[in-house]
Amino acid sequence: MRMASRSDSPAISPHPRRRFLGALAAAAGSALLPEGGLAQNATLVTRAIPSTGERLPVVGLGSWITFNVGDDRVARDACADVMRNFFAAGGRILDSSPMYGSSQAVIGYGLARLGMPATLFSAEKVWIAAASRGTAQVEESRTRWGVSRFDLLQVHNLLAWQDHLPMLFAMKQAGRLRYVGITTSEGRRHRDVEQIMARHPLDFVQVTYNPVDREVEARILPLARERGIGVIVNRPFRQGALIDAVARHPLPAWAADLGCTSWAQVLLKFVVSHPAVTCAIPATTRVAHVRENMGAARGAMPDEAMRRRIVAHVERL
Amino acid sequence: MSEWWTYRLSSFLLFSPRTWFRLHELYNAEIWPAQVAALVLGLALFVLARRGGGRSGPVVALLLAACWLWVAWAFHLRRYATINFAATWFAAAFAVQAVLLIAIGAVRGRLVLDANAWRRPGLWLIAFAVLVQPVTGLLAGRSLLQSEYFGVAPDPTATATLGVLLLGRRPSPLLMVIPLLWCVVSGAFAWMMRTPDMLLMPMVALMTLAVAIARRPPAARVA
Repeated sequence: MRMASRSDSPAISPHPRRRFLGALAAAAGSALLPEGGLAQNATLVTRAIPSTGERLPVVGLGSWITFNVGDDRVARDACADVMRNFFAAGGRILDSSPMYGSSQAVIGYGLARLGMPATLFSAEKVWIAAASRGTAQVEESRTRWGVSRFDLLQVHNLLAWQDHLPMLFAMKQAGRLRYVGITTSEGRRHRDVEQIMARHPLDFVQVTYNPVDREVEARILPLARERGIGVIVNRPFRQGALIDAVARHPLPAWAADLGCTSWAQVLLKFVVSHPAVTCAIPATTRVAHVRENMGAARGAMPDEAMRRRIVAHVERL
Repeated sequence: MSEWWTYRLSSFLLFSPRTWFRLHELYNAEIWPAQVAALVLGLALFVLARRGGGRSGPVVALLLAACWLWVAWAFHLRRYATINFAATWFAAAFAVQAVLLIAIGAVRGRLVLDANAWRRPGLWLIAFAVLVQPVTGLLAGRSLLQSEYFGVAPDPTATATLGVLLLGRRPSPLLMVIPLLWCVVSGAFAWMMRTPDMLLMPMVALMTLAVAIARRPPAARVA
């Protein structure tokens, strides 16, 4: 069976399942491709970073709350186990921030235990009001991770972005950083995000997106496609609240068409099947959940009709 | 930082309930058997508060100050700060409360425990903080090892302090500010974590305020 992806122009069919399969057949040439090119059902789905063409798996790993476990050795080992399973399942992008308490140190602990996986795509943030201390904060973060340089640095929640963005672009120019981005979450300051996206050569923008929070569909996601900016999606499960809300309802039969065995996979596939989205970064403390999440990066992806169906279904619950 | 207005209250919850409970578990294991010493201290505090009189006040103030200082250093700075950068500010506030208790309650002798005052709410709060509040953790899904104990954890220490202050002849409002604020902070974090005991500390604060206002002389209330 061929690997599926969403199609921008799905064939119209009176039969939803056929329509869906038709979309799968139209997948060739789509921006959403399985690792290695030709479709294989269980192959990891990757997306190209628009500014370079480098491909990333569509599911990454966030660390907000989940990795902030302080110096609790047992909990740190559990986080390292989550990371081990994430990388083993083909995951690459790991995201954190100085705002996330001990998460950076916990990631550094895990990476050291795993021998610093070569496939790691490190995504960090700068989050400090004092512009003069931005460089020092980045260096402190880098030390905590134990990496030689970050792949991506983002201005967290646009805090002092006027000062931090030039610093990050200078780092990229000097070869000390590969990608530059900005972040927001929960719908904050979208107008400012749009203006920065329009005026600055960003590689990434990070926003909140899920079947319930779809404000970014109106302007930010189209602008990202137009400007060639990669999109990282945070809070795909609304920090677990969305899963809690839908989990008491049975998984619809059509979820099987997507190869989904859980609500988490349905929600994630909705998010990463948007053509502007590069990847989603769900956070978790459980190995079973990280495996489940990575499962959403494989198999069929919803076409536009199926995406609308997911939204309608989730909104009804 | 002008961007603070864009944050929600939930943005400041940096950890999960599981991590919070584990924090207490590790802390309790680390300081054991300080909890037993604190229990003895709490019982002594109750006896002194019940007895009242001019001599008890300064002693009680010093005992409480020692507890607030311990919590500032051992809990907030050494343990809580590993998962919450705001804990250093909490430590500072707890240290300030200790200084206020020493300065106002012990040195200036302004904490006079009134044997004739309406005593029950204050004594109940102290007894609740020392004996009952640790057990309420069980209702919130914690084990006893994960519970909070008077004298070594912030919530019961604040509760007992408010109980003592309600026994004061003319309770200093200054001494109440930080314990009441802590009730709000603690309640906010518990609410964000949706723990079953999330209303406990706000209720302690409300009860303290209600009793304090009811105890004020009518003239003072009008003024």
